[in-house]
Amino acid sequence: MDLLIFQAPILMVQASMDGILLGILFALIAYGMALQWGVMNIINIAQGELVIMGGYIAYFMYLSGIHPAFGVIVSPIIMYCVGWGMYKLVINKVVDKDLFTSILATFGISILAQQLMNFAFGADVVVAQSNFGTTMLFNNSVTLPNAKIFSGAVCVISAIILVIYMKKSKLGRAIRATAQNARAAKILGVDTEKVYAATFGINAALCGIAGACIAITFTLHPYTGLPYTVRSFMIVIIAGLGNLPAVAISGMGLGVFEEWSDYLLGTEFRIAAVFSLLVIILVYRRFKLARKREYLK
Amino acid sequence: MNKNTLLYAGLIIFGLAGAFIFPAYKLQLSFLYILIVLAMTWDVQGGQMGYNTFGNILFFGIGMYVASSTQIAMFFSLAEWTDAGGEKTFVHTIPQFFQGFGVGILLAGIIPTIIAGVIGYGILGLRGHYFAICTLALGIAAGELAGGIEIIGAGQGMTVPVWPKGFGSNASSSQFLYYLSFTLALVTFVTLKWAYSTRFGLVLNAIRDNEDKAEAMGIHTMRYKIIGWMVSAFFVGIAGGLMGHINGYIEPTEIAFAGPTFGVFMVLMAILGGKGTLWGPLVGATLFHLFKEGFWTYFLGWQYVALGVLIIVIVVYFPEGVMGWLREKYPERFGEVVDEADLKAQVELK
Repeated sequence: MDLLIFQAPILMVQASMDGILLGILFALIAYGMALQWGVMNIINIAQGELVIMGGYIAYFMYLSGIHPAFGVIVSPIIMYCVGWGMYKLVINKVVDKDLFTSILATFGISILAQQLMNFAFGADVVVAQSNFGTTMLFNNSVTLPNAKIFSGAVCVISAIILVIYMKKSKLGRAIRATAQNARAAKILGVDTEKVYAATFGINAALCGIAGACIAITFTLHPYTGLPYTVRSFMIVIIAGLGNLPAVAISGMGLGVFEEWSDYLLGTEFRIAAVFSLLVIILVYRRFKLARKREYLK
Repeated sequence: MNKNTLLYAGLIIFGLAGAFIFPAYKLQLSFLYILIVLAMTWDVQGGQMGYNTFGNILFFGIGMYVASSTQIAMFFSLAEWTDAGGEKTFVHTIPQFFQGFGVGILLAGIIPTIIAGVIGYGILGLRGHYFAICTLALGIAAGELAGGIEIIGAGQGMTVPVWPKGFGSNASSSQFLYYLSFTLALVTFVTLKWAYSTRFGLVLNAIRDNEDKAEAMGIHTMRYKIIGWMVSAFFVGIAGGLMGHINGYIEPTEIAFAGPTFGVFMVLMAILGGKGTLWGPLVGATLFHLFKEGFWTYFLGWQYVALGVLIIVIVVYFPEGVMGWLREKYPERFGEVVDEADLKAQVELK
């Protein structure tokens, strides 16, 4: 195996830049997952499908002649309603059950969503052309599509808006209170049912933003949702719940890891590398956290 | 004759005669037996031990690949075989086919067992949803890796050796597979029935109920968890090997390491039938197979939509399963003594 990346060291810069911009996207999705995991104690396997769904909304706008970049405004609004409806139909029945029930139920939703998207948009790989052009850096040896820079900026801005909203607004306070102690919040007059629905909606809206960014920078396909779920799960378990800077950093770290493994191992092992990394991290974490047994001599 | 003996005799007679009663559905029935094995072995972890795994599909896929590649590699070059693709330039003679088949199926049981033992120590230490997600990732990672390995056909998949010409009639291939899968299901059932009645079964239930307490009582829980997983891996691996022959074709992500389909089916079947019971997975697999065939026949094109809805409905509205429901309804049939006064007191309290 001749490693192109070591023959042309500038590719390392390229891979790292790509990885960071990609990682910002992952971090946004993971933040949504951390939010609903922390508040509702639910692991949403359909997270990736929400992302892809948001992407298809942008793609649909592109098909109807509107510039897909406006998808980052339209898609979260629609996805908020989708998330709210999903909560009212299914999720509210599994909130107080054990985590495995929520994993299975959202798995069902994910299969359903994949098929519906397959019917609506077909099983082809699609991309919404943004025509943003590219930026050249370092004597034209590193190319960055402007669409990626745009999507990175959108993700950072929406994360900042969300953080301010969670700190300042009444609903944000209610969400944080419910995350700390749902029962106490209920006693103090918080309508937890509403809070849960809003949380799930916000999560879906974040996925919608990320999805619209993915539609203009990468590709969409109905069956590619699960890797996004796994990535966000991985970021959340590394960063912990409700730790936004850590989520951002580990998101970018994952992005860089992925681009590097893409260059080093080949594109066909990209997804395999992500999933194997998750297994390795979990097993490492298990040995790190394992109790030390001490015996009396 | 007591009722149970009658039931067992009935099922065995059905299994033995099934190939002649429903000759057109032979492959369907073999498929059902494979599903029963998958559901019953999932229940060793999910139901009896309380470890909800999505990863048993890993052993299914490994078994499938091991069985066919051994059968091929014993007599031909594996790389040339996969290069030739669908064209059957290499043909096994009759003794070659059966030698390869036997060794392949045996290895399909042994290799996943060893793998389960090796990775078990790392992975079974995880608890709850971390275990569930880790095993989910394990299955999918294996599929993606298999899709990148050239010698077993990469993403294209590989063909399985065909039934040797001139041996028996046309129907004898499916008959052979039918009886093998039936035997496998029978052996799995008997083994698990016996295992649940020993100390092993009790330990598994103790781990499910409270693992820390079980450990404090002096049980080496990790040892039992690994053994449990190895038992599952053995039967699932053989089931995978047979499934490769039933399909006649192996493909990494859709057939062998099919996490989103078979990996979830085995969980669903066990839950539908009632997890943590001996008969539950069997009943669940049968019902699920009927559902699935119905969907594939009557909702063609919409089958996965119907499947998604079925998953949600089962998990949300029917989590206790058929056996759980029966147990609630007729507790005395399950050997549970109902105290009438206690029941009345509970109703009054409500």
